[in-house]
Amino acid sequence: MNAVPPAISVSDLRHKYGDRCALDALKFEVAPAEIFAFVGPNGGGKTTLFRILSTLMPMQQGEASILGCDLRVAVGPIRREIGVVFQAPSLDNKLTVDENLRHQGHLYGLRGRQFAARRDALLLQVGLIDRRGELVEKLSGGLRRRVELAKGMLHQPRLLLLDEPSTGLDPAARSDLWNYLHQLQAEQHVTIVLTTHLLEEAERADRVAILNEGKLVALDTPDALRATVGGDAITIQSKTSNRLAKDIGHQFGFSCEVLDDNVRFEQPDGHRLIAKIVEAFPGCVEAITFARPSLEDVFIDRTGHRYRQDQLSQQKKNNNKKH
Amino acid sequence: MVTFITSGDLENSRPSKAGLAVWTLCERELVRFFRQRNRVIGALGQPVLFWLLFGSGFGSSFRMPTESGDSVDYFQYYFPGTLVLIILFTSIFATISIIEDRREGFLQAVLVAPVSRFALVLGKVLGGSLIALAQGVLFLLLGLTIGISFSFLQCVMIVAYMFVIAIGLTALGFILAWRLDSTQGFHAIMSVFLLPMWLLSGAFFPASDNLLAYVLSVNPLTYAVAGLRRLLFGFAFPDLPTAPVCLMVTVGFAALCLTIAAWSARRTTEGDLLS
Repeated sequence: MNAVPPAISVSDLRHKYGDRCALDALKFEVAPAEIFAFVGPNGGGKTTLFRILSTLMPMQQGEASILGCDLRVAVGPIRREIGVVFQAPSLDNKLTVDENLRHQGHLYGLRGRQFAARRDALLLQVGLIDRRGELVEKLSGGLRRRVELAKGMLHQPRLLLLDEPSTGLDPAARSDLWNYLHQLQAEQHVTIVLTTHLLEEAERADRVAILNEGKLVALDTPDALRATVGGDAITIQSKTSNRLAKDIGHQFGFSCEVLDDNVRFEQPDGHRLIAKIVEAFPGCVEAITFARPSLEDVFIDRTGHRYRQDQLSQQKKNNNKKH
Repeated sequence: MVTFITSGDLENSRPSKAGLAVWTLCERELVRFFRQRNRVIGALGQPVLFWLLFGSGFGSSFRMPTESGDSVDYFQYYFPGTLVLIILFTSIFATISIIEDRREGFLQAVLVAPVSRFALVLGKVLGGSLIALAQGVLFLLLGLTIGISFSFLQCVMIVAYMFVIAIGLTALGFILAWRLDSTQGFHAIMSVFLLPMWLLSGAFFPASDNLLAYVLSVNPLTYAVAGLRRLLFGFAFPDLPTAPVCLMVTVGFAALCLTIAAWSARRTTEGDLLS
């Protein structure tokens, strides 16, 4: 047995809104100090799961424990140990950055000199030390998100939950955010669980769970997930494509296609093969491209439909509901 | 470079203190209210305007007899009613902030903090009540300029009484606002329920012997207004409920509203979620 309990352990978790099944028999574990991403189209169940894990919504059916505490009975202790950053801002715009943090600290029972030291260290970390006196409504979206992060980390939670943290952030701010998350993981061993609808973003996590229509359709490291959908795609430009295709097939024992005068094949460990091919056929290779399968390929493989299309049709459905 | 405080440094101050949470939520209400000047003007301005207009309009034709044979003019008669109106307006507008907190997301963070729902209710109600009380005291001081005089002891009793009224009305506002998702809905309730409740409290005109008198007698605000009237002008109005009855009803109303507010906020519901 492992002495340290998993950060999150869930089995047979189900949730319904009326007749609609939002979560269906979820089972997963999040290890301490890992960055874990839930990815999936809107309406896939991410938000429902986030609400349950963050103790905002009571769970209906199943088992769940957070940091070793049963989510059904030990909500109080869990709340003290987790930090929550919602997708919708939770800041009071009419108050300053400092005031927002002070109220948050008080809600978690923090005060006095130690609290002030903690607050100042956090403000420094997120780069807001010189904007601390400003009203939140005067800050840009990226800066507000940093205040949210500081707010969530104020009481030094062991587990940080973030709902769509990069929504509304420009690429630079998004990159800052990820740097900060990796820093938290490395230096303070904080477990980080986040939801995102962006597949590219999920690739940065240690492990990824794909949620679709309330079901967990995949869970592993991004590399392992990609490995399940065949190998790397390699395309070689050559003046003697047909000849090269035949020769490569001969030497390495797999068949190559010729598409638009390029040699193309899919094989695992593509990067190693590239070196061998270039060495084996000097002068024949003009250019070579290497593409790894993406999480989108994993999504297609597991659900049978494209991710973007899925997003679009979901949006349409939502719009129809609204009108 | 950046230094991290290792976990454990804050261990001593970790256990969440309910009192601290209540105070911080209450303080936030105060800061927010007085930072938004239009809210201050709205809550204080309209009742004062009513008081000046009605006071000068009815002033010449109105005399309310007292047991001692003196009479009070309409400015004075209407004064306690205006105090209650100011408390009502301010309390109610203070609780609208719950709807804003919910919509703007602030409430979510409070709901997942290690703070009981009752602390949330108390913080909100206490904050709203103190704002209402501050506005009430301002108006009370204005009363000195129109010849209403009171001793220090009277002043203390009036302020304490206003505070109990404010608790009751803020808690009532909390109950109404907790389930609403728009401020428009709140304004509708304000005009069809709260304003008539105030009009039928004896604030505006005295009770006569008919159905109106019955309505007045079951309206808790009647006792708020009557209690203040007795405190301000001595204990000399034959038609008003007695002072102990006023006190009992007002305290009872505050306790009841606070209990219902705590009860309605107790459970986690879908309404807590931001869509």
